[in-house]
Amino acid sequence: MTRRKPYVRSMDRWWLRNSFFTRYMIREATSVFLGLYTIVLLIGLVALSLGEASYERWLATMAHPAFIGFHIVVLAAACYHTYTWFGVSPKAMPSVRIGNAPLTPALIIRGQYLALAIITLVVLVAVASGET
Amino acid sequence: MLAALGPNHRHRQDHTMTERLKEINIEVFRYLPEHDDEPHFETYKVPFADNTSVLEGLQYIKDHLDGSLAFRWSCRMAICGSCGKMVNGAPQLSCRTFLRDYYPGKVRIEPLDHFPVERDLIVDQSDFLRKLEGIKPYLHSVKPRAIADGPHHQTPAELAEYEQFSQCINCLLCYAACPQYGLDNEFTGPGVLALLHRYNADSRDAAKAERMQVVNAEQGVWGCTLVGYCSEVCPKGVDPALAVNRNKICSTKDYFLRFLTPRGTRV
Ligand code: SF4
Ligand code: FES
Repeated sequence: MTRRKPYVRSMDRWWLRNSFFTRYMIREATSVFLGLYTIVLLIGLVALSLGEASYERWLATMAHPAFIGFHIVVLAAACYHTYTWFGVSPKAMPSVRIGNAPLTPALIIRGQYLALAIITLVVLVAVASGET
Repeated sequence: MLAALGPNHRHRQDHTMTERLKEINIEVFRYLPEHDDEPHFETYKVPFADNTSVLEGLQYIKDHLDGSLAFRWSCRMAICGSCGKMVNGAPQLSCRTFLRDYYPGKVRIEPLDHFPVERDLIVDQSDFLRKLEGIKPYLHSVKPRAIADGPHHQTPAELAEYEQFSQCINCLLCYAACPQYGLDNEFTGPGVLALLHRYNADSRDAAKAERMQVVNAEQGVWGCTLVGYCSEVCPKGVDPALAVNRNKICSTKDYFLRFLTPRGTRV
């Protein structure tokens, strides 16, 4: 007869045991906010397609302090998500070499921020020139 | 007390004689299957010098305070991979973790997370070993080579593709760092997937197609949600998260290429 009696420990509240796991869970949770934001944006698009009046109504709703608060929260969540996702994305890439040197994670991360900056700038310029 | 620290310390007696040894509380997870139903913690006061590792702390307990304490170790130099423990909640090789870094706080030592505990700090590794065997962790030559063929040369770039993954010492720290493995141990897990990649990424190997079945399985790379802690805790600089996520790309390619390539020619 075996005297073995392996003890299996519980995984209850595992995300609170280690700050690394907690940060991971926050990263995952921020996608909920991003999802909500796309729904709000989608409603805006539908409103736009329904004509000026409905679009103006959507814009007025967005000006409500609750929605401004919502957007601030979403912006913070999006920043955190971007920061953490840029941080792990070198791991989700195939191995790339330029000549004989591998593309390092630091370079990949910096490249993403550069791309983000350029795209943001282009969008901001387009919006600003559209308004004038 | 100095001599009590064991033979490793004896030759340093002259030097350490002048230092006063400090004492640290080590809280140890205890589980004796023959009379315990639940584990409990016991605290021991252990003298330590600047160079006393957590493993030596445990050895002091076993030699002088409680001989019934069970734990694994062998090389004492971070190469055999058998002394992994949770030290204050983080997976560590106990031979390369030092008591001085926890003083004046206490040290809490538990068996590696996510594995069943056999006794005290000893976990059952059989699940890992079974998975390791399953990936055929050795080179399969493209065609049999005779000695006269000489060595199989590789370029530095070909070596770089797998070199870091070949540093794995099977210490299981990455499994203890992987909540996905803890939640569902059907998941192949970081270490085995890193080793799988070590062979698949080797230009000399010819068994990729076979190993891709492990990669593509539900419990293969797709069980990973990129928590990334495995790569943080690896004592050998292996990046298991990189290996796993690179294989998500391989697995996707494998899936779509299946429709494009005629039967029998798939790699
Ligand atoms: S990948 Fe690193 S942490 Fe995981 S078993 Fe190998 S050496 Fe240990
Ligand atoms: S005793 Fe060998 S790795 Fe620690």
